[in-house]
Amino acid sequence: MPHDHPSHSHDGTSPSGHPYRADNDTPLTYWQRMEIAVRELLVEKGLLTPEEIARQIDAMDARSPARGAAVVARAWTDPGFKARLLKDAPAACREAGVDIGPLNLMVVENTPHEHNLVVCTLCSCYPRDLLGLPPDWYKTRAYRSRAVIEPRAVLREFGVDLPESVQLRVHDSTADMRYIVLPARPEGTDGMTADALAALVTRDAMIGTGLPHRP
Amino acid sequence: MGGQAAGPVPRDEHDHALWEKRIDALLVLCGEKGLMSVHGLRRALEDMGEDAFESMSYYERWIAAVNQNLVEAGTYSLQELGTKMDEIARRGPTYGEAQSGVGPTGGPHG
Amino acid sequence: MAEHVRVKPLMPPGHVRTPAYLRGKTGVIERALGAFPNPEQRAYRLEAEDQPLYRVRFTMAEIWGDAAETPTDTVDAEIYGHWLERL
Repeated sequence: MPHDHPSHSHDGTSPSGHPYRADNDTPLTYWQRMEIAVRELLVEKGLLTPEEIARQIDAMDARSPARGAAVVARAWTDPGFKARLLKDAPAACREAGVDIGPLNLMVVENTPHEHNLVVCTLCSCYPRDLLGLPPDWYKTRAYRSRAVIEPRAVLREFGVDLPESVQLRVHDSTADMRYIVLPARPEGTDGMTADALAALVTRDAMIGTGLPHRP
Repeated sequence: MGGQAAGPVPRDEHDHALWEKRIDALLVLCGEKGLMSVHGLRRALEDMGEDAFESMSYYERWIAAVNQNLVEAGTYSLQELGTKMDEIARRGPTYGEAQSGVGPTGGPHG
Repeated sequence: MAEHVRVKPLMPPGHVRTPAYLRGKTGVIERALGAFPNPEQRAYRLEAEDQPLYRVRFTMAEIWGDAAETPTDTVDAEIYGHWLERL
């Protein structure tokens, strides 16, 4: 979704609809001074260039849940692709033309009997190279500590009420793997195009704290 | 962390500020260039302890950890860091005024 | 036949990617993931040896006992081989 460079917009709401942190006008903090200092020292010492930094920011901005949604939609419409995705997600993403860099991606599938939930209890590991930066709540102590001990209570807070007949699998990305959930394809979506299907797939559905929209 | 008692998951979300995106970019680029690693970042974050979680925001902890790693690697000296931070403070009272001492046009990402 | 393993109950300080809540717990190897540089060495800028990494599946009953929300739900975590004892 194209949008202006954030430093050009100073009104109340950013393009994504969230409150905008208009921090360019707020008092300079100690840690902001450190960020500027570290960045400038690295540039002065020839270790980084301003262009590289700008490019990296733009690259990260370009990553969004829409990329994951497109992979999910393709898996919903192409059983062979889905099988390959579950077996070797990085290879399947390459096949689909989605660049995920060095991400060790693993896709876990929701079924009528199994629901998956992803967390990083140790820090906030997230499949950033596919989905972009994680939501604030994913990084909170509350989510990280409760997702492995009372995940169903956490899911109810998110509006997902799992029946007892569904087993819940929590994935704690403690090391080198990063996970997305392949949500179950909603009912009533026969014949929909991949683009229309992708629009039903939310970021939270790919983390496991949500379900895809119904058509 | 896993299994500790905690209250409801706070759900409000904000877009990342430019200074936060810059810190994120610094980590990725420094990692790619071998100046530090995400493992060193995590270790430095853990060493900051529980108090830091209360008193500092996510990206404040990150820049502290990035800096810790770069200092350990000898990338720059504490003198250089202190001098630079001091000079930045004198540029002006807001982030907008202080943010660019270098860059092709002093522009937003430089 | 899934291999049963126990996470070593050690509690050293420092950068360890084996979560505290899993120390001493028994699970099954869900799959082997290959070998990766040991983060305990990388975190301290030491030359890192590749260590085998496994996804290990634990039941909530095993981890939390009577406090388990739903005993048959599971947690899958990636644990390095040097943290696992074969049973």
